[in-house]
Formats: sequence, structure tokens, C-alpha cells
Amino acid sequence: MTTEAARPEVVFQARGLSKVYRMGEVEVHALRDVSLELARGEFVVILGPSGSGKSTLLNILGGLDVPTSGTVRFMDHDLTVDDDAERTRFRREHVGFVFQFYNLIASLTALENVALVTEIAENPLPPGQALALVGLTDRMHHFPAQLSGGEQQRVAIARAVAKRPDVLLCDEPTGALDYETGVLVLEVLAQVNRDLGTTIGVITHNAAIAAMGDRVIRMRSGRIAEETRNAVRASPRELSW
Amino acid sequence: MRALSRKLLRDLRRLAGQMASIAAVAACGIAAMISLRGNYDSLVRSRDEYYDRQRFADVFVRLRRAPDAVARAVAALPGVAAVEPRIAGFVLLDVPGFPEPVSGELLSLPADPAHGVNAVYLRQGRFPAPGRADEVMVSEVFATAHRFVPGDSMAAIINGRWQALRIVGIGLSPEFIYEVGPGQIFPDNERFGVVWMRRDALAPALDLEGSFNDLALTLTPGGSEPETIAAVDRLLAPWGGTGSYGRADQISYSFLRDELVQHRVTGDVIGYLFLGVAAFLVNLVLARLIAAQREQIGTLKAFGYGNVPLAAHYLLMGLAPVLAGLVAGSLLGIGLGRLFTDLFGRYYHFPSLHYVAAPGTLLLAAAVSVVAATAGALQALRSVIRLPPAEAMRPEAPARFRRGLLDRLGIAKLGFSIRMAARYVTRRPVKSALSIAGIAFATALLVLGRFFTDAMTFMADVEFRVTQQQDAIVTFREVMPSSAVTELRRLPGVVTAEPFRVVAVELRHGARRVRTSVLGIEPGSHLRRLVSSRLVAAELPADGLLINHRLADRLAVQAGELIEVQPLEGERLPRQVRVGAVFDELMGNAGYARLDDLSRLLREGHVVSGALLGTDGTADEALAAALKQLPAVAGVGFKKGLVASFERTLAESMGISTLFLTGFACVIAMAVVYNGLRIAFSERARELASLRVLGFERGEVATILIGEQAALTAVALPAGCLLGWLLCAATAKLFVTDLFRIPLVVPASSYLLAAGVILAATLAAALLILRRVDRLDLVEALKTRE
Repeated sequence: MTTEAARPEVVFQARGLSKVYRMGEVEVHALRDVSLELARGEFVVILGPSGSGKSTLLNILGGLDVPTSGTVRFMDHDLTVDDDAERTRFRREHVGFVFQFYNLIASLTALENVALVTEIAENPLPPGQALALVGLTDRMHHFPAQLSGGEQQRVAIARAVAKRPDVLLCDEPTGALDYETGVLVLEVLAQVNRDLGTTIGVITHNAAIAAMGDRVIRMRSGRIAEETRNAVRASPRELSW
Repeated sequence: MRALSRKLLRDLRRLAGQMASIAAVAACGIAAMISLRGNYDSLVRSRDEYYDRQRFADVFVRLRRAPDAVARAVAALPGVAAVEPRIAGFVLLDVPGFPEPVSGELLSLPADPAHGVNAVYLRQGRFPAPGRADEVMVSEVFATAHRFVPGDSMAAIINGRWQALRIVGIGLSPEFIYEVGPGQIFPDNERFGVVWMRRDALAPALDLEGSFNDLALTLTPGGSEPETIAAVDRLLAPWGGTGSYGRADQISYSFLRDELVQHRVTGDVIGYLFLGVAAFLVNLVLARLIAAQREQIGTLKAFGYGNVPLAAHYLLMGLAPVLAGLVAGSLLGIGLGRLFTDLFGRYYHFPSLHYVAAPGTLLLAAAVSVVAATAGALQALRSVIRLPPAEAMRPEAPARFRRGLLDRLGIAKLGFSIRMAARYVTRRPVKSALSIAGIAFATALLVLGRFFTDAMTFMADVEFRVTQQQDAIVTFREVMPSSAVTELRRLPGVVTAEPFRVVAVELRHGARRVRTSVLGIEPGSHLRRLVSSRLVAAELPADGLLINHRLADRLAVQAGELIEVQPLEGERLPRQVRVGAVFDELMGNAGYARLDDLSRLLREGHVVSGALLGTDGTADEALAAALKQLPAVAGVGFKKGLVASFERTLAESMGISTLFLTGFACVIAMAVVYNGLRIAFSERARELASLRVLGFERGEVATILIGEQAALTAVALPAGCLLGWLLCAATAKLFVTDLFRIPLVVPASSYLLAAGVILAATLAAALLILRRVDRLDLVEALKTRE
């Protein structure tokens, strides 16, 4: 974890990010001059209503999208000058994604969904171990259609962490889940952050989740409206919504 | 309902590629139906009108000679409407500027040339004047082949006398819609032609004044053909009648009839199969569209749209491409129909032949299209009706997969793309099977497309390069002593000459009778080899006849059994002869015997009908010129010219149909593969985007997308080759006639070519889809559920 004394290693460094979408004849400013840093091992919650620009920010950090202006550095690597193939390699080597709708491959079992990623990673966890991490050892030969929503999301997390990514980016990971299941999924994320030291960015509109992060970034209308640091991180069990 | 119509138009535009591919498949089917069925209708109409107007005979007979009174007796038979006694003979023609001798069939015109039985249709010039032995009329194809116009001249050796002839008219006869020389299967209009003369001019030349040697008659409505044939044969028996026969045994009539039926069957089969494929594609596209528009359907139902307008909406979506195909296919079909009819007109000659698309054919095509589209849409429409609105608003559950047979077989050890492909294939077995069937069908069409050319080429190779080793055949006007062959050996360029004897016979076995000929050759002949379809040499039996399977079947006889042979010339004494052996011969219906055996059978000395010549090829023109001068020679056939003419005919007639079969097959292959991929892409866009997000590269994602289709194609190719072979076998069966059978020859190159074309079409369709993988919107795919 981070201490005041030892200056933490910065993983992401974003400077003056703007993103303008052109929708027909209208220009939509999704991001306006956003700057932030993510440190190694940090658990950051990005909070905001829909349209606040949080998904755009996550997509740019994850190499899925490019800013209209500004720069993003991952370690000493400038993501904004990369082409598509280089961004693909960046995602492959460094980033794990968890989505609101899980995005599992329906034709592959839980274990195979995880193996799908470990086979293209350099130093992955064994797929079985990744599933054990999320408590799904006994479900690993099931297809997505045979799993509940919470189980599918835990498979998605196992898939994301199995390649030991430098950073895990989660877009509304509990958005499609009920409370009980949502807490279960958040516990898995906290555990991954604690045990593997993975940097985690979670975007959500659920303010209750903010309490479990090291740091909370609140966004509104494409800008960072507020940034706070939690003195104590709450455990997911303590959250309620 | 206006908003829904607008949605219809926009959806159609969005799915333009898929709609266009369905329309193209439907258009091919409709075009095949309209062109070939229309061609059939037009030809049957033209033929029937032609036969009717020119009073095409119902019964035909050749005889030695009979006085005109006999013809009057025939005319008095019950059931006989009109009789035309004629004079006929084969002559050698000398066409100026054409080095080879030409065979001509010389026929007398009816007394009233424009109105008798088998009246000749006057195309150009005039009929020869009565009594003019120097005026003739020639058939139109023969005139065209030699660029004759009225006023041109040629010469003939009639009854051993050289005679100059002036062409005064050009005409067509219903007897020669298909104009081939005796014993020929393919027309060669340069080397064979029909020549008409006035009977009163021809009779003295052939010493047949006051008599006739050929007779044609028409029947009254209700007149019995078998009874008439029997009565005519009784009457003509003393006059050397060779047995009368009906239209079914008339060469031109039977060729035309067989060909017409083949056209119609082909058109219908291709038409229905293509529309079946179109129906399948409509089903695929609509099922996918409705799954993708679940929420829209739920919303519309929630707003109060009923099942009927919604079902109609999607039905129209299915009908639209097929109806577009109907319009395009009708236009293409009419164009193709004209082309086919014109092509047909090169081999089958009518005074006028026009392609007319009968309204009935168009209506049939429209009805079949609507039925096909509706049948294809039906299952998808049921799912629209059954979908409860509340259900529709909820996201669709992930597609269900199970570990199947392939998992148990160990596909888990293979890569992900193979595993995913295998599971997609087995998840919807019916859809997969139909896709395989579609691609296999396209492959089979390609194999079939080359089959005719390959089979004909094989037949020609067997006939011209194995069986017929001679360079020229010389036929004498009448039998000659075998010493005449020795004379031929002295002609320029001739290296060897072998005698042959050919005699017209009727073969009888029990109640079965077949009119054919027996060819007598020297055992171990170098110039005429007898081989089976598998190129195995057949030995002439030491005693008895060698016949082929077709003839054995028609006579219901086996090797070793006795048959009765009745010669139709000479003393005509029937003899019991043993069938020494039966062999599998591709072409021909003659029996074969040793030359001396045949002489014994005919109770004649050493006489021959003609000779086979082997030349050194250095003096062909001099040889042709010398042969033209020999009064004893009735016909000469140079193999070189025959082969060239055959190859030209083959290329012309097969080129277009091969081209269209190939084009049609490509349309099917591309449509099935494109729709398969397009739907796979639509179903899996989100998965593919997820994979891209997870760090998979474009190529890797494309492999996964194409895997399923590649697997289907991989199964379809061998299946299609097998189906193609079966189609070829069925076609070969359909085309068996008394004269020849088409050998089932499908070289490996045909399969390879078919597979290559299908792979190229698959690749082209895949490239169209891969552009979409490139444009995959990663962010959008993750946000949406569908």
C-alpha cells in the first residue's frame, strides 16, 4: 500500500485530456481538460452520473479509445501516439478489463474463458487458480448460460486477473447485479488488490462503492469535480445501497 | 402503418448486402426456370406448328423398288391420310472450293413441293422446275456451311455418272430439323447435306422411272400407327421393304424430343433448388433479424401493434429480396432464353424459331418465388408472434452451449478458434447442415458444369483416337469385290487399306426386334479397334456376333444365346447366329463380326462395302481429289475434318452452359458463405469486440469469426464433390439413348477446380465481412447487450 513517506510509483499519468465526439451535427464534449495519476497498487473509484465522462476516461486509460487532445502515459510509454496494433499489444500485456455485462464468450466454459486470456499472456496464473481466487472451482466447466450473473462476473474478474495485469479496469462491475452478488464481486476485487497488488480503477455511479477505494475521483460534465482520499478503506461487507 | 413501412425500407437498406445475395440466388433460379422452360415451350410450339404446316409424316419406310401402283395400295389402307412415294439415295457431292468429298442425301420433292407429305419449306430462291435434272434445292444449314446462294453450282456423282447441278433454292424440311449423316450423332454440315430434286428428273438418273424406293405417309386422326406399320410391311415385303417405322425411330424427331425433355427437366431442377436455397437464406436472415430486434418488437407490441401487422412487416422483409430476384431473374431469364433458343437453332433448324416467355411460365415462377419466400419466413414469423412483450424487453439470455460429441472426441486440446467453431456448428445442427448442403450443392453444380465437356471429350477420344484408327473411310455405292481395296492402296498418300462390309439387318430374339447393322472387319484390324468404355480391347469372337450392352438389353439376349439375323438387302434369308460376346461400348448400336463370317452369313463371296484407309498425311488433298473421281465411291469421310468439326460443335454448345452453371454456382456459394459470415458477425460482434478489448489482434479475431464457416466449407467440399459425382451419374443415366451413352468420366481436375472456385468465392465473401471486423466499435460493443 502507499505510504506518505515512500513516494509511490506512478502507473498512469494523464495530462489535459479532452475528448470530443461528433454526433451528426452536434459536438459532445465527453472530457474537458482532465489530468490525473494512478499509482501502483492503488484502488481508485471514479464516481459520476451517466454522461459525466467516466467511461470515456476509462476507455482512454485502457487503450480502447484515444483523446482528442492531451496525453496519457503508461509508465514511460505514450499511449496517445500508439496506433491500433500497439494499443492492442498494450491491452494484451498490461490491462485487465471487467465489464458491466461480463462479456464472456458464450461458446466457451468458465475455465476456457480464462484460458483464452492466459494463452496470450506472458506470465499468467494457471486458469484453475484464477477461478479458485474468485471461488468458482466447482463451476469451472460450466458454460456462461449455466452460470448466474454474479458467477459470470466472477469468471470475468478471474479472466481479467489471470494474466497478472498491471492494472485492472472495471466498468460498472456490479451494475447488473443484485446487492448480495454485487458485494461478493467487490470482495473479489478487494482481494485481488490486496493479494496480487494489482492497481484497480473502478467506475461506477454507485456512491456507496466509493468507501472501499484508496482514492475517490468524482466527475461531472467531463471534468473532475472533486478528489478525495479515504483514510480508512471500508470492506465491501460494510457497504450498503 | 407508415412508420413501420419506413422501418422496413431502412432495415432493407441496412441489410442491403444480404438482401442482394438472396435476390441473386432467387434470380438465378427464376432465370433458369424461365429460360429453359420458356425455351422448351417455344421449341415445342415451333416444332408442332412446323410439323403441322409441312405435314410431317407419321410412318417412314425405305425399300428396294416398287411400282407406283403399290403406293396407291398403301394409300388405300385404313388409317392412312396421305402417301408420298419418293426416290432417295446417297451421293457423293463435289463442292467447288471444298477439297473433301461431301456426302449428300438425295431426295425427290413431292409432286406439289409446297403441299405434299414432308413438304419442303422454301427459304430462298425457288423449287426446281419439273423435269430439270440439273436443278436442285439444298438444305439451309448445308447452304450456310458452304455459303451457297441460289445460282451457285456443284457436282454430284449420281448412279456413277458425274452431273453438274445448279442450286436454285434453299429450303428446310421437318424431316431434318436435326440434320446428321447416316450413322452420325453430331452434325457436320460441311460434310453432309440434303439435296432435293424433282422426282421426274431424279427417276431416270437412278433407273426408277414409274417406281419409288422410299415412302412417307401421314395417318388420319385416330389412325393406328402399329396397325399401319404392319399393313405397310406386308404390302412392301415383296418389294424389298426394309421395315417401316414411326416418328419415335426417326432420327431428327427422337433427337429433338430427347433434348427438349432434358431442357425442361434441367430448368425445373435448377429453378426449384435455387429457390430452395433462397428460402433457406430468407430463413437465416429473418431469424437473425428478429433475434436482434427483440426489444423493438417488444416495444412495438407494448405500444399496441398487433401480431398481424408485425408478422406482415417481417414477411415483407423476406418477400422483398425474392421479389427483387423475381424481377431480375425474369429479365435475365428472358435474355438467357433468347440466347439458348438461338443456340438451339444452330443445331435444330426451323423456318422460324423465337423465344417467347409464356405468361404461364412467368406466373409459375412468381408463384414458386412467393411460396419459397413465405416458407423461408414462416418459422421466423412464428417467433415474432410468440414473443410476449415483457419478455422481449428483457435481455436475451446468453446462447446455450453444451459439451457435445466433439468435446468428447477431444477438441478441447485444439485451439480456441476450432473449439468455438465446433460448438457453433453443433449448437444449431439443422442450420449447419443446410449451410453445408448449400455449399455442397454449389460445388456439385461446378463439377456437373464440366461434366458434359469432359464426358464428350472422353467419348471423342475413345472414338477418334482409339476406335477409329483410320484416316479416311471410303464407302462404295454398291458392294465391290475385295480387289477394289487393292486399287485404293495405290491412291496418293495411302499406306494401308482394310476392307469392311456393312449390312443393314433386323435382329430378332423372341418378340424383340431391332433394326441396325452388322459391321464385318478383319480380325486384328489395325484401323478399326473395338474397345469397351474402360478401353479394354474386345476380341471378335471366332464364331458369331459381338454386340454391345445396349443392343443386348434391347434384344434381351446374353452371350452364348442364338438370335435371328435377317439381312435387309441381298437375298434376305434369315439365319440363326450365336451372340459370341457382349461388351460395354460407348457409342454405336451395330453388331460386329469377322469379315469372312459375315460373308458366309450373307451367302456372298469376297465382297466389301468399303475400306478404311491409313495415310501418311502428306497428300490428303490429292487423295480427296482422286476419290471424287471414282464412280464407285458413294461417300468419303476424312477423320481430321470430322474431329475438328466435333470439337468446334462441342466448344460452341458446351461453352455457354458451362459458363452459366459456373456463374450460378458462384452466386450460391457466395450467398451462403456471405450470409453465414454476416450473421455470425452480427451474433458475435460483441464477443469479437470483447476479444479485441482483451488484447486479441484483428487477425486472431477474424480467424475465430471465420472458423465456423471454414469448418462448414471444409465438410461441404468433399460432400459436394460426392454429390457432384452423383449428379453426373444421374445425368449420364438420363442421357442414355439407343445410340450412345455418356461415360461417367469425372477427372480429378474437375473436383479440384470446383473446390478452388468455392474457396475463392468463400474468400471473397470473407473479405467483405473482414472489413467489418476492422470497423468493429470496441466501446459501443461493450456498452450494449446485443
